[in-house]
Amino acid sequence: MSSYLELSARQRIPHIFDASSFEEFLAPGARVVSPHLAQLDAPVSFDDGVVVGRGLLDGQVVFGAAQEGGFMGGAVGEVHGAKLVGMLRRAVDEGAYAVLLLLESGGVRLHEANAGLIAVSEVMRAILDVRAAGIPVIVAVGGANGCFGGMGIAARCANTVIMSEEGRLAMSGPEVIETANGVEEFDSKDRALVWRTTGGKHRYLLGDCQVLVADDTDAFRAAAIAAMADAHGGAALTLDGLQAEQTMLKRRIRDFGDADDPLEVWRRLGVPEPGAVPMLEADAFLAMAAQHRAGPGTGEN
Amino acid sequence: MDWQTLASRLFPDGHDIVENGNFLSGSGRAGAGPDAQTVAVIGTTEHAPIGIEIALAQAQAVLRTVREHPGRPILILVDTQGQRLRHRDEMLGINSYMAHLGKCIDFARRQGHKVLGLVYDQALSGGFITSGLIADACFALPQATIRVMGLPAMARITKVPEERLTELARENPVFAPGAGNYLRMGGLQALWEYELAAALVEALENVDAVDRRMLLGQERGGRHMAQAVAQAVRTGGDVRPA
Repeated sequence: MSSYLELSARQRIPHIFDASSFEEFLAPGARVVSPHLAQLDAPVSFDDGVVVGRGLLDGQVVFGAAQEGGFMGGAVGEVHGAKLVGMLRRAVDEGAYAVLLLLESGGVRLHEANAGLIAVSEVMRAILDVRAAGIPVIVAVGGANGCFGGMGIAARCANTVIMSEEGRLAMSGPEVIETANGVEEFDSKDRALVWRTTGGKHRYLLGDCQVLVADDTDAFRAAAIAAMADAHGGAALTLDGLQAEQTMLKRRIRDFGDADDPLEVWRRLGVPEPGAVPMLEADAFLAMAAQHRAGPGTGEN
Repeated sequence: MDWQTLASRLFPDGHDIVENGNFLSGSGRAGAGPDAQTVAVIGTTEHAPIGIEIALAQAQAVLRTVREHPGRPILILVDTQGQRLRHRDEMLGINSYMAHLGKCIDFARRQGHKVLGLVYDQALSGGFITSGLIADACFALPQATIRVMGLPAMARITKVPEERLTELARENPVFAPGAGNYLRMGGLQALWEYELAAALVEALENVDAVDRRMLLGQERGGRHMAQAVAQAVRTGGDVRPA
């Protein structure tokens, strides 16, 4: 067992994919770096913060990417985004069995803001192209930087989101909200509140992630294998699926729209001791959540 | 330009677009004579922050169009200050609401609906990704403001002096706000300067569902690397920057 959280993107790949099966596209030796960072005297990276390639997962050909949170928080710039898009298009060209995205990103890289914004939208469209080709897209979120901004949206374009409780998935970071609307709106220093609002357990209870695992690379791997098999044959968007998601999201506003804290959301879900949720180990949490998490099927799949 | 003026210029033969809490929806008649067609319209106004309710309302309108008017083109009118920056929106999973809207638009595209975006006033980051930027093609009025953030805020975050950023922005469209920069980078297909109704008809004839923004950015000299890198990854070749 090893902690997914503590590994770098490059270290995660061999733990998740079958041993020695992963072939990287445009590896660091190609020295393709961001064309924008040098002018700002910012450091560059020979992979621009993302590994993309093709490997085997449980013997199936699965294309994949891993964002490196240690380089600019995994944020998406021009090259980073283009690598993701190229890999996603190649997955369609080659008829991959599935695509697995190990996401860890603050969203758009502000040093190349306009290119990053366009790139994230290109990634979203490319993810949906993969799904339209009948290829499941599975996302894993369990890194220290979480998955925020446009990549938080992109994650929810996948068939399945797998999180650890340490993973965080949202859109605007707490600091951004505090800066815009004050510490009373969102105290970014209140770690417990930040965790309750964006962390894996809350996302699982609400239905924004479909699988919750312990912070363990073996658990992520097993969940990814199960998720791609589940989604196979039903990867593309359907009108029924989108209508179900519409209903689920509408019901969420109706049921929890006036709650002021996730603890209140959990209470309304019928969680017996909301205050104890943060302390529950993964297994105990899952046993409890099985009876209380929102909605059947949790929406679009 | 306010949305009423915009709507009457886009649809001189009439429209039934209504505003409800900064959310626009309805339809208009594009073109004239036997080629005239009805276009479904969704959008926002007053620089609306995109919170979970307005994202869901737009998704609902897209799904209704797919169900009730198969094939009808969809025009997204964009005026937003970006995603709503509230704890409540994050708690309830605003990224899921945005993704849902994006998926509904993408689904409509694959069902044969042409989807156009038009930034008529302001477009910012999160509010733009699942509106104009997820359309088949996005257009803007020349005076439109498009950005992730302004240069002063960018200077604070990147620790690069604002004067230096301003200087760099003259040559490199990657930093500075503005429709022209997004045009050069391929994020916008074209600017609509004069005859809006004619521009809409022409766009409806010409757009398709293929995402060519990287290629456009390369051709226009605003994004040199993206197309070359994506192509190299896709084909296993080398990167040959433009």
